[in-house]
Amino acid sequence: MATLTINGLEVHAEEEQTVLEVARENGIEIPTLCYHPLLEPHGACRLCTVEIIRRGWPRLETACTYPAWDGIEVRTDSPPVREARKVILGLFLARCPEAPIIQELAREYGVTEPPFPPEDPDQKCILCGLCVRTCHDLVKAEVLNFSQRGIDRQVGPPFLEKTRQCIGCGACRIVCPTGAIEIALEDAAVYGAKPLGPTGAVWVPSMQAVPLIPMIDTDSCIHFRQLDRSEGRITDACQACQMLCEAEAIDFDQQDEILELDVGAIVVATGFEMWDPHGLPQYSYGKSPNIITGMEFERLSNSGGITGGDILTAEGEVPDRVAIIHCVGSRDHNAHVYCSRFCCMYSLKQAHLVREKTGAEVYEFYMDMRTFGKGYEEFYERLQEEGVTFIRGRGAEVEVLKDGQLRVKGDDADLGRLVQADVDMVILSTAIQAPHDADQIGSMLGLGRSEDGFYAEAHPKLRPVETNTEGVFLAGNAQGPKDVPDTVGQAGAAASMTLALLDKGEVTISPQVAVVDEELCSACKTCIPLCPYEAISFMDEEEVARVNEALCKGCGTCAAACPAGAIAARHFTTEQLLAQIEGLFRLPEEEPEEVEVERVPS
Amino acid sequence: MSDNGNGFEPRIVGFLCNWCTYTAADTAGVSRMKQTANVDIIRVMCSGRVDPTFILKAFVEGADGVIVSGCHPPGDCHYSTGNFKTFRRMPMVEALLEQYGIEKGRFHWGWISGAEAPKWARLVNEFTEQVRDLGPLDWKRQLQSKED
Amino acid sequence: MADNGKLKLGLYWAASCGGCEIAIVELREKILDLDAAADILFWPCAMDFKYKDVEAMPDGHIDVCLFNGAIRSSENEEMAHLLRQKSQVLVAFGSCAHEGCIPGLGNLFDRQSIFDRVYLETPSTDNPDSIFPQTSYQMPEGEVHIPSFYNTVKTLGQVEDVDYFVPGCPPQAPQIWAVIGAILSGELPEKGSVVGASATKTVCDECKYDREEKRVTKFYRPHEIIAEDRCLFDQGIICSGPATRAGCEARCTSVGMPCRGCYGPGPNVVDQGAALLSAVASVVDADTEEEAARIVGDVLDPVGTFYRFGLPASMLHRKKLEGVG
Repeated sequence: MATLTINGLEVHAEEEQTVLEVARENGIEIPTLCYHPLLEPHGACRLCTVEIIRRGWPRLETACTYPAWDGIEVRTDSPPVREARKVILGLFLARCPEAPIIQELAREYGVTEPPFPPEDPDQKCILCGLCVRTCHDLVKAEVLNFSQRGIDRQVGPPFLEKTRQCIGCGACRIVCPTGAIEIALEDAAVYGAKPLGPTGAVWVPSMQAVPLIPMIDTDSCIHFRQLDRSEGRITDACQACQMLCEAEAIDFDQQDEILELDVGAIVVATGFEMWDPHGLPQYSYGKSPNIITGMEFERLSNSGGITGGDILTAEGEVPDRVAIIHCVGSRDHNAHVYCSRFCCMYSLKQAHLVREKTGAEVYEFYMDMRTFGKGYEEFYERLQEEGVTFIRGRGAEVEVLKDGQLRVKGDDADLGRLVQADVDMVILSTAIQAPHDADQIGSMLGLGRSEDGFYAEAHPKLRPVETNTEGVFLAGNAQGPKDVPDTVGQAGAAASMTLALLDKGEVTISPQVAVVDEELCSACKTCIPLCPYEAISFMDEEEVARVNEALCKGCGTCAAACPAGAIAARHFTTEQLLAQIEGLFRLPEEEPEEVEVERVPS
Repeated sequence: MSDNGNGFEPRIVGFLCNWCTYTAADTAGVSRMKQTANVDIIRVMCSGRVDPTFILKAFVEGADGVIVSGCHPPGDCHYSTGNFKTFRRMPMVEALLEQYGIEKGRFHWGWISGAEAPKWARLVNEFTEQVRDLGPLDWKRQLQSKED
Repeated sequence: MADNGKLKLGLYWAASCGGCEIAIVELREKILDLDAAADILFWPCAMDFKYKDVEAMPDGHIDVCLFNGAIRSSENEEMAHLLRQKSQVLVAFGSCAHEGCIPGLGNLFDRQSIFDRVYLETPSTDNPDSIFPQTSYQMPEGEVHIPSFYNTVKTLGQVEDVDYFVPGCPPQAPQIWAVIGAILSGELPEKGSVVGASATKTVCDECKYDREEKRVTKFYRPHEIIAEDRCLFDQGIICSGPATRAGCEARCTSVGMPCRGCYGPGPNVVDQGAALLSAVASVVDADTEEEAARIVGDVLDPVGTFYRFGLPASMLHRKKLEGVG
């Protein structure tokens, strides 16, 4: 532990700390351009020059490289220091007259004119090498370096040519203090296509989720991209987030894991996905960045979103007029015939947000306002009072005019004529649909699906939470569109059914199982590979097949295949089914014959 | 029901699996979809339960047509792969019936999921007409034929 | 019983190959025991009898009649009725009488198509006037009647009340003797029983091979593959064993040939062919419809394969007759 004074203040320093670090820890600002906490100090820009008095001798040193020795006195803003910085800034201004940060610092230090006429007004690089160090030490791409000498010294990739070594991560651009670096993305569209999407490599997939856990997008992350590109050779690229995270919560070795759990019941709550409005071209989705879906609006208006929650058009302006179109893809025979149920309410909420945050005119094109829930109708009334214009009739078409203005055309059923509104932003309340891979979980769990694609409940009225597979329950939108309260209600029911099942500790199985008549079984082993549940085993000693009734689900496929007629599918025995067929063709006036039951294996 | 040429109403037996096609047929009924009344349904738990014996039995007893329908393979089957046995057996049953001289159009096997009620209704209507065009099969009279 | 205490036995050969008669001879030295135990009242194959001799008998005169052969013609049927009338116990002896057997495959055709083949189409036939057998013909001596040929082959049980069935093509000698022994001892099973065969099991039970779980990727006819010394069905050779009543001691598989099903369906099986078809198709190792159809398509003659011995006794009995129904 060392004790020193900075500007007369006594401060303490850990071993190996620099003056700059100690000063910053104590809230004392020292200007610098080439310093970065993740990189070794380099002392290149000299702007952090301070006056160090050691053993009575004052001298000017760079704070970023000078050790915080015991007993030294540091002056960060003394006249010699200011004078030295003025000289430095003057030289910077001569080199980079247009760099804003240089201009700002120069102003601060009273440097008005460069000491020499600038040679290149576009030059912004101060040759501090921060980018070079970042590229070498952090990204480990080793692309950027200095070349030439003296006044020709410059920074760039080898021979200043495009190189495959550069992964385009942009780290150099981020660290560059003067904004001298630009990344030329070859495929800007990839980034441009998701204007409302995530922007960095670390982001929170579900805003407002509890717990709020960020994730690393391995497609964007420098560490993983270098790992990937070097085929596992470069294992220590970047890791900046790990170095900075005080909680040491970042683990690059974490892998997707497949957990195998033995469970007694399953609640399927796989939810929904948004229907893609490209499917109905009349809404012009994708033709203007100002035509967005309700989901995208949520991201836009979220305080964690890219505008910090401000509702702005793609041009960054506050919209004057906004249209919200209901039932885009819902209640439409060209998309989904069903009602997605909760869009009316979120559309109203979004109208409210637009009114509140921007004061814009809001036009809602709706077919029927389905405000069925508790308090919903009241909210609708409040919106009417807030001055939202409601137009009853489907919004038929969105046109992108030449100047980028949007024109919504629709039919106003109350007025009985076509109406149109020119607006700055259109929000499409798109339908929801069953996830595209719902069939996979469906076949895994033996779940049927109803016509709308969502999982089918065991009975639409009486068993809305159960499925036809015992022990598997449904909750939420996996079963069909529903809003939050309905989802919570169904989830609660599913949870309690699960508990009821688990609490008993034993399960009641259906008596509808297959049984082998061991007298008749001649050990042909035809049935054994047919059972999907491996419920039939061969008894080596008795030389017969036997069905484990706890595993058997009663499909009866073994009974249909048994060439000796030795397997009976209880409740669907061959005798019963043949009698049913006979029954179909017995004329009503005939006396029912006594059904001859041959052998019913017990 | 009359079996003479003009007023011929075909008798059709449908073996439907409990989880898919039977559900579809149920939905078709509940939804009041228009269907001919010619198909008598026998419910089995799985189309894999349909022993070819049942199909022959239906024809012998007097059916003019038979339908076997279950869940779409792969994957839709409530019993995972019960319908696999159906699609292994039915082509052979088809070949057998053809040898017996029972016209192809009298036997239909396939898949209708629980969500495909309209498809069931359509099948019923189209199959009934197809069998009607083929006329009565009347296998019992065939067996009782006294001409030898 | 005759006055001398011997069993009064009748044997008749209807539509069959004669193998069942040979099977009696196959009793070998036991035939002397048979002679010692029974008086043979009627055996046209071996001794000279006339139908009128039978007609002259009082009803129920014959104790046991072993009737082999299917009902192919009016003569076969007439004799079935006559022998029923004259016998106390009528036994359907052998596969033809029991379930139709190979002659029963004629049920895939009808009278006219068989006649066309036999009297017109066979390469060695010269019949320019298309003359077919007639049931009656005027001769100078008077009108002669010959039996009519039926459209459909029937089993004995389909035209007459049968007391017992002895399966097999032909029935195996030890079983014939067992049946006769049972009759002699008076220990007769329930009427309508299949005797001389297992009451519960199928051929697999007697087969020497151990079986594995079946997953068939290709079907072979016996001549298409050199079979390994293990379950033939497991190797893709269609063996009727699993769907055939035991009792023959698995004679065919014991010499490496697949069971052909002559002992008829298993004791709890309604339709032997359908049961075998279902088992065979079920174990096809195919997880797609296309694959299944391809493998199953190798079985070119399902009726001939699955109903080789039992078509007339099967549920459908025969191919659809044109103009009937």
